Amino acid sequence: MSALPVTVIGGYLGAGKTTLVNHLLRHAGGRRLAVLVNEFGTLPIDADLIEAEGDTLISIAGGCVCCSFGNDLTAALMQMRQLDPRPDHVLIESSGVAIPGSIMATAALLAEVRCDGVVVLADAGDIRRAFDDPYIGDTIARQLAQADIVILNKMDLAPEPPETLTAWVAAQAPGAAVVPCRDAQVPAEVVIGLGPHPVEAHAHAHDHADGLFESIVLTPAASEDAAGLARQIATGPYGVVRAKGWLRTPEGMALIQVAGRQGTATPASPESREGLVCIGLKGQLDIAALHALAARETASG
Amino acid sequence: MAGTTIYSAKTILTMNPARPRATHVAVREGRILGAGTLEELAGWGDYTLDERFADKVLMPGLVEGHAHTSEGSLWRYTYLGWFDRMDPAGKTWDGLKTIDAVLERLREAEGQLSGDTPLCGWGLDPIYMDNQRVNRQHLDQVSATRPIGVMHASGHILNVNTKALELAGLMKPGVNHPGIPLGPDGYPTGELKGPDVMTPVGPHVGFDRSLMDCDEMGLRDFAKLCVRTGVTTVTDLASRLEPETVEMMLRVTGEETYPARVVPLRFFLGLPPKELVAEVVRLKALATDRCRLGRIKVVADGSIQGFSARLKWPGYYNGAPNGLWYVAPEQMAEIYERALEAGVQVHTHTNGDQATELALDMLAPALMKHPSRDHRFTLQHCQLADAAQFRRMKALGMCVNLFANHHYYWGDEHYRLTVGPERATRMNACRTALEQGVPMTIHSDAPVTPLGPLFTAWAAVNRITASGRVQGEHERIGVDDALWAVTMGAAYTLHLDGEVGSIETGKRADFAVLEQDPTTVEPMALKDVPVWGTVQGGRVFAASAI
Repeated sequence: MSALPVTVIGGYLGAGKTTLVNHLLRHAGGRRLAVLVNEFGTLPIDADLIEAEGDTLISIAGGCVCCSFGNDLTAALMQMRQLDPRPDHVLIESSGVAIPGSIMATAALLAEVRCDGVVVLADAGDIRRAFDDPYIGDTIARQLAQADIVILNKMDLAPEPPETLTAWVAAQAPGAAVVPCRDAQVPAEVVIGLGPHPVEAHAHAHDHADGLFESIVLTPAASEDAAGLARQIATGPYGVVRAKGWLRTPEGMALIQVAGRQGTATPASPESREGLVCIGLKGQLDIAALHALAARETASG
Repeated sequence: MAGTTIYSAKTILTMNPARPRATHVAVREGRILGAGTLEELAGWGDYTLDERFADKVLMPGLVEGHAHTSEGSLWRYTYLGWFDRMDPAGKTWDGLKTIDAVLERLREAEGQLSGDTPLCGWGLDPIYMDNQRVNRQHLDQVSATRPIGVMHASGHILNVNTKALELAGLMKPGVNHPGIPLGPDGYPTGELKGPDVMTPVGPHVGFDRSLMDCDEMGLRDFAKLCVRTGVTTVTDLASRLEPETVEMMLRVTGEETYPARVVPLRFFLGLPPKELVAEVVRLKALATDRCRLGRIKVVADGSIQGFSARLKWPGYYNGAPNGLWYVAPEQMAEIYERALEAGVQVHTHTNGDQATELALDMLAPALMKHPSRDHRFTLQHCQLADAAQFRRMKALGMCVNLFANHHYYWGDEHYRLTVGPERATRMNACRTALEQGVPMTIHSDAPVTPLGPLFTAWAAVNRITASGRVQGEHERIGVDDALWAVTMGAAYTLHLDGEVGSIETGKRADFAVLEQDPTTVEPMALKDVPVWGTVQGGRVFAASAI
């Protein structure tokens, strides 16, 4: 069985974590999501999505579930692995004061789990004030510093020019992709990555959700050093928020996955379809540079 | 128990200022008719004179305002602490002074286990052994085939052997987690720091349940410790209070021979504030005399020695980053507001001074919305509060329960490492609390330190550290104040001061039965006053017979 991809969704109270989770459940594109919350407080799932409610597990439309993990995340993740059918992706919604990197580190202790990004939400209308709050400012700073992707939500409430705020957030989250939005309306593939068939999905998705994102597919692609290429795409100035795809290496096919500043490569089956899809914000995704990078890799590979 | 029994005693310390001393106390229906001379008490009518305490000293039953009944459960594991400690059966286990002695005791315990039962130890505290790290190779010397887990005294670190790491799937190179240090070979050393990594491994070494919630045997064993330490009312701070736990606690404490009154507080996590308060109101209606349900425990921050407490500027003496919040300010504010509105009391764990400040800042506006003149919201531990914060507690009608034992066990660490000399000297400022008029008690936080209010009182009176230094002479309090703190002081923080905490007419017949008068022994000998047992609700419990 392949490793279970896990995304941690962090951020302070009011940043929009629950809104984002519900948005993802509505736009999962056929993927079965499992949402893990610390505890069932105020019900974390929109009522119209709920099919059945148990003490610890809520069944959600589309084969999704929501589960509380209390103080034992490991046990909850093991339980998710044993569900039949198994979820395609796990979202861990952390509490407002939790340090999301610690949650991911704990999830990563399980060999059967693949870390698929720490996504931290920030309230554009409040983040500057909250950042200077004597009580919670340093907690928010820690959350941002650990983000692979920052979703800068509620941009309609930003008290300053969007570029200024985005640049400031980017400085607090070195290396992370910063995605401004309203009402947590972010394409699912930005938050939880591309699904099992990224190239096909790319062919069909000509405009991503509200048209703020665009994607390209790099193909054919080959590389001497897939892991190095993954890191380059993640950390270089290409404007890539998410990437996924397969390429040839001297050792065989490799799967590249990028979540914000994190890029990884893992061995893949020889039948994998070649091609690497990269998503970024329109105007920020540097298509020419990415094609040049791919061409260089292919030449050297 | 319809008749009247009059007990004679060598002396009776009543904590009733109008009549501080007596020679006799009359008991009817589990309550005190009065304390005085035999002639005075004979006026109540027919009585039986019981002279079994004629050479003993009676005090009000001691009240422990911050303990966890899980101490009872821990004693099923092997004790490995540095200090001598008494178990529920009354056996005192010698403190272990070297890693070799720890391993030797584990070997003895291992020899008594059958099959592949895990071996569990608790109470290890390497800071007294020059911070020598225990690693899996040490524990492998005890057994390479049986999983072994050793919990540290702090409860924040678990040491395991190689077998346990294998069972947990962690015996591999490349583990990347701040709570799992790696050895030079790239494999985990076997030290697991923090609940994030202890929880997944715990079940493999026999720590398979939340240490926060008591079980039936643990609750019974804990009560034995109460009798041995003169405690008749004890808090369980805090429990998740799941329905089956509540049922069990009500049943066990309701048994005719259960010797203590338990005050369990509902841990705040698991329900949003509105439902939390509603649940505690529901629990309150289930309360019995010996199981006082109906209070909330909030945890604001972590521990000072674990560097997870929230400190005000300038933070930790060794430069460690500030600690962690376990509650968001908005969440604390909402719990306070709703609890005040519903008349539910909240006790809040605040170790660092910033956490204390937050509680003060959140309670003040909540009180403006729901003025409650007798809320007695209590700050638990509150170790670093300064004088200004005590003045605010007084102004807001708060109580404080200070961790007086901490000086003894970790005072040297606080001085040298965590908060530095100045703040270490004013930590757990008992005198300041009293001078500012904040209702105060002191506690053990058992199992973090041993249950024993007389020891806690000794710690507040002397402020001696484990290395023998007096730390914070100015904050020492007198013996009378300390004894008041562990009786009336604690009862007040639980709204039980009209029922327990002193020996006077109408109150519960709860007594600590002592072999010596704690007010006449040397203050340095306060902790050594032998406890014969207790009387609880008029029922006599000899430590030697439980």
